[in-house]
Amino acid sequence: MYYIDPHIHMVSRTTDDYETLAKMGCVALSEPAFWAGFDRGSVDSFRDYFRQLTETEPKRAAQYGIQHFTWLCINAKEAENVSLSREVIAMIPEFLDRPNVLGIGEIGLNKNTKNEATIFLEHVDLAVRHDQQILIHTPHLEDKYQGTRMILDMLCGDTRIQRHRVLVDHVEEHTIGPVLDAGFWAGMTLYPVTKCTPQRAADMIERFGPERLMANSAGDWGPSKPTAIPDLILELRRRGHSEAAIRRVVYENPRTFFEQSRHFAFVAPENR
Amino acid sequence: MSRTADQVLEQEFLQVRAKILEIAAFFDRLSEGGAVTNEQQLRLLRDGSTILNDGADEKAARVQLLFSRQYESNWREKFGV
Repeated sequence: MYYIDPHIHMVSRTTDDYETLAKMGCVALSEPAFWAGFDRGSVDSFRDYFRQLTETEPKRAAQYGIQHFTWLCINAKEAENVSLSREVIAMIPEFLDRPNVLGIGEIGLNKNTKNEATIFLEHVDLAVRHDQQILIHTPHLEDKYQGTRMILDMLCGDTRIQRHRVLVDHVEEHTIGPVLDAGFWAGMTLYPVTKCTPQRAADMIERFGPERLMANSAGDWGPSKPTAIPDLILELRRRGHSEAAIRRVVYENPRTFFEQSRHFAFVAPENR
Repeated sequence: MSRTADQVLEQEFLQVRAKILEIAAFFDRLSEGGAVTNEQQLRLLRDGSTILNDGADEKAARVQLLFSRQYESNWREKFGV
């Protein structure tokens, strides 16, 4: 089955991973900007990173028939450096016309601090002013519920936001309901220990239905599995879900969401 | 597509049995290791395992909330943002 991974950090993965993803049916992916594992020191460091996301990775992916799309921001982990964050936000428009840029992301909260909220709101304002879609990171573990509610407060408090153009990622059992109820898209991240297993993701699909719901591997430089979506496909098949129902979650939903971005020039495998 | 309770039980019995054993063995290791200084963390684990057997629904969401920091609706006023 063809699928799209809507959240994966390929700058952290080897070229062999691109090959494996292609063999398992991945035909497109989107890569939000995120934390490098250390705090970057200057706006030029981000400028180089954005060049990697918009120039290098699309070429690497294309070697294996995978279309690469991306999102730009400074990650919430670096938002405590407010002055650097503002420099990066001011620089991002240099890249918004690059052909694989889908929007602003993954913005969000990490430890739910005042500075993180301030920089989140400034990213949202940037997205609105440039008519960009938004991809949102929700915090980890004990911070997730509080942070997700804070993010929803900020989004719902801005009347300019088009909720159908916002993806709130890393939802779990206690946050998926408020996100979907508010009219946003929701993403489930398949991390075995700190987020969601394929089994629990399948439970949420059965409970909430496939509307505005997608799944991702969020594969990066930490413990993660870039081929997690095929694991979910297998789990759904084991439970007796139809191929059409599975395809909706892992292929059609990300495609429908991304098609709201003017740069999503996706060519389906059957039309290549 | 939803499975019947019988199907869920039949298909997942062994996996869940193994997970319960892992938790039981963890508590054995804990008691053999002497006193715990982080009692709050231990209480969370004990409260979490109580939810598994309390007869009410929404177990996964309630376990998640048990391990979550509280949300305060007036946070924006506090932060001034």
